[in-house]
Amino acid sequence: MTSPLDTAENPEKLRRVVIEPVSRVEGHGKVTILLDDQRKVHQVRLHIVEFRGFERFIQGRPYWEVPVMVQRLCGICPVSHHLAASKALDAIVGARKPTATAECVRRLMHYGQILQSHALHFYHLASPDLLFGFDSDPLKRNVVGVLAAYPDLARRGILLRKYGQEVIRITAGKRIHGTGSIPGGVNKSVTAAERDELLRPLADILAWARDGVRLVAELHRANRHLYDEFGTVRSSLLSIVGRDGKLDLYDGVLRARDADGKIIFDGVEPADYGAELRENVRSWSYMKFPFILSRGPADGWYKVGPLARIQNCDAIGTPLAEEARQELLASSPGALIHAPLAFHWARMIELLHAAEVIERLLADPALLGDDLVASGPRGRVAVGIIEAPRGTLIHHYEVDEHDLVTMCNLIVSTTHNNQAMNEAIREVARKYLDGHEPSEGLLNHIEVAIRAFDPCLSCATHALGKMPLAVEIVDASGALVERLVRDGERL
Amino acid sequence: MSTEKPRPTFQMDGHDVPFDEGQSILAAALAAGRYVPYLCYHPEFQPHGSCKVCTVKINGRTHASCTTPAHEGDVVESNVDELNDMRKGLVQFLFTEGNHFCPSCEASGNCTLQAVGYDLGMTSAHYSPLFPDRPLDASHPEVLLDFNRCILCELCVRASALVDKKSVFSLAGRGIQKHLVVNAESGKLADTELSVDDKAMSVCPVGVILRKRRGFQVPIGERKYDEHPIREVAVQKQKGE
Ligand code: SF4
Ligand code: FES
Ligand code: NI
Repeated sequence: MTSPLDTAENPEKLRRVVIEPVSRVEGHGKVTILLDDQRKVHQVRLHIVEFRGFERFIQGRPYWEVPVMVQRLCGICPVSHHLAASKALDAIVGARKPTATAECVRRLMHYGQILQSHALHFYHLASPDLLFGFDSDPLKRNVVGVLAAYPDLARRGILLRKYGQEVIRITAGKRIHGTGSIPGGVNKSVTAAERDELLRPLADILAWARDGVRLVAELHRANRHLYDEFGTVRSSLLSIVGRDGKLDLYDGVLRARDADGKIIFDGVEPADYGAELRENVRSWSYMKFPFILSRGPADGWYKVGPLARIQNCDAIGTPLAEEARQELLASSPGALIHAPLAFHWARMIELLHAAEVIERLLADPALLGDDLVASGPRGRVAVGIIEAPRGTLIHHYEVDEHDLVTMCNLIVSTTHNNQAMNEAIREVARKYLDGHEPSEGLLNHIEVAIRAFDPCLSCATHALGKMPLAVEIVDASGALVERLVRDGERL
Repeated sequence: MSTEKPRPTFQMDGHDVPFDEGQSILAAALAAGRYVPYLCYHPEFQPHGSCKVCTVKINGRTHASCTTPAHEGDVVESNVDELNDMRKGLVQFLFTEGNHFCPSCEASGNCTLQAVGYDLGMTSAHYSPLFPDRPLDASHPEVLLDFNRCILCELCVRASALVDKKSVFSLAGRGIQKHLVVNAESGKLADTELSVDDKAMSVCPVGVILRKRRGFQVPIGERKYDEHPIREVAVQKQKGE
């Protein structure tokens, strides 16, 4: 259900708190809060400016350009777009089954991206809140503070991320904006020397990944109540799962569960996503609100991302991550976990899984093969779905007989989580802000909830770069009452 | 022992450059291993001197080196700041005039415009993608034309007319309106005789005339100007290597 805080009854009588932009979330987002004279919260909204110009821009372009072009959509997760587009366009060139080498190289690229992105978001962006407290001194509550207080931890975060970036460089050709994946396969495989270079640090990577999971699990146990309750809203879950039901972040079929864990749909082929999902428009947000068609717009919203995936799959196919997953599930016997802060736990389990998958892929002789591209009877409709670090990413194209793109629809993970994030911050505002004068520490609570979902505002908005946080308190007439400016990005 | 008389020479940037009678400054310089930036020149075709990137100073006066015959004792300046700045300006202008978005262009790494830009110290990263207003011609089953990148060098026009004897391409319009057209009643490439083995297929210095469905099969990083800098490529091309 949509929270009553979605829309206030008499907004003109209320004063407005604006958190803009949301710091430590890359891109551009804004939170507005309406309060009455008793500081009671009446309305909370997360606004993300979604830029859809790209979908028009890509129309009329040749399809083989698309996997390279789409990387410009996002400065944070270009590899996810690169792969989702390539996977979609496999259907155009009739590559129903990519070669073993192409599959191996692309998977390696993808898990490298998962590893680097999860490391960035946990160690750089989220750990300051979790280690120091949500309303701790904002001057220390940043990655520099973590480096000072927990130097080993911060260093591992940096090295994990670096390793992921190396995997990407070797498979995609460049650290950012590579061209390794093409419609039908890849344009290069991995050399034995490159493989060995990636094998060398792997034991450390695995050990640090395990420590990472242990750390979040301990944080949860130490503060059970907070971690379970903070911003928690029940909803359905959506992700792809492997055709065997196991966790697969690269390829599979769509599965959705309701808030109690019952399957809503399963085994849905990517090309049929439109039969199960719809996108809704709301007057106050540029970003669409997707929902599960059979549940309707009010109840059909869902969460995507690590927490959804970990609970949606039947199991994880790598032993260390599966063991960690069982521990997470055991923390909530018999019930799905909906707590935003549990995203971090799930994220670290996926990071460990990514390290294990990378180990397997590096041992696969197909990685070094030279059969790079598959082809077959030509197709016209192309749908590619991948689990990007932040959640399900859908790329959908149509290509005419002259090889030009005639239609493009993208649903990025941030859009999938739009309603869920809105509901989570409403819950937080109700609990922590109601009746209090908004302070930096209280407002950071809102951001903590958003960061748990780890939205890619950059993906949704193309707004690269980082901006300082400004909190504006405006009265009912729109006049500025107070302005809190926090210095630049804390990264 | 050879008894032929020594070839005449001119001086370029303090070095002696030998030349054959009637040879242009540019051709002679390249043949002697001395690079001069250029765009519209091609050793196999009559130069027509439109891009002006090859401009040098001959005895103190500026000339397009591709169309100016060398003379014994000429004193030529080429690699000097004044000329390189002017060349850079010309290249930058070409970038802004068309829709050149190197990061997603399949010609990246094979493109002479890009390579000359880099060589002249142009940092091309700053160009924002201009939304193309020139629709592509994708009518031909094997060949795509992306007019957004045309620098009007006329090499395809010359190659198609003189080598392929098909005259598939021409330039139409004047000044800023000047643009490449396809010589067919429909204006579509599918209605011409162009075939993939034509000389016109291989002369475009940028990314206009493209074999379809090849796009990014060769990884960026393993392309013509990734392997060898344009200074070497241009010299080798002149020598027919
Ligand atoms: S299409 Fe290429 S070769 Fe032809 S005029 Fe334009 S830039 Fe020159
Ligand atoms: S190369 Fe001489 S004018 Fe273009
Ligand atoms: Ni993104």
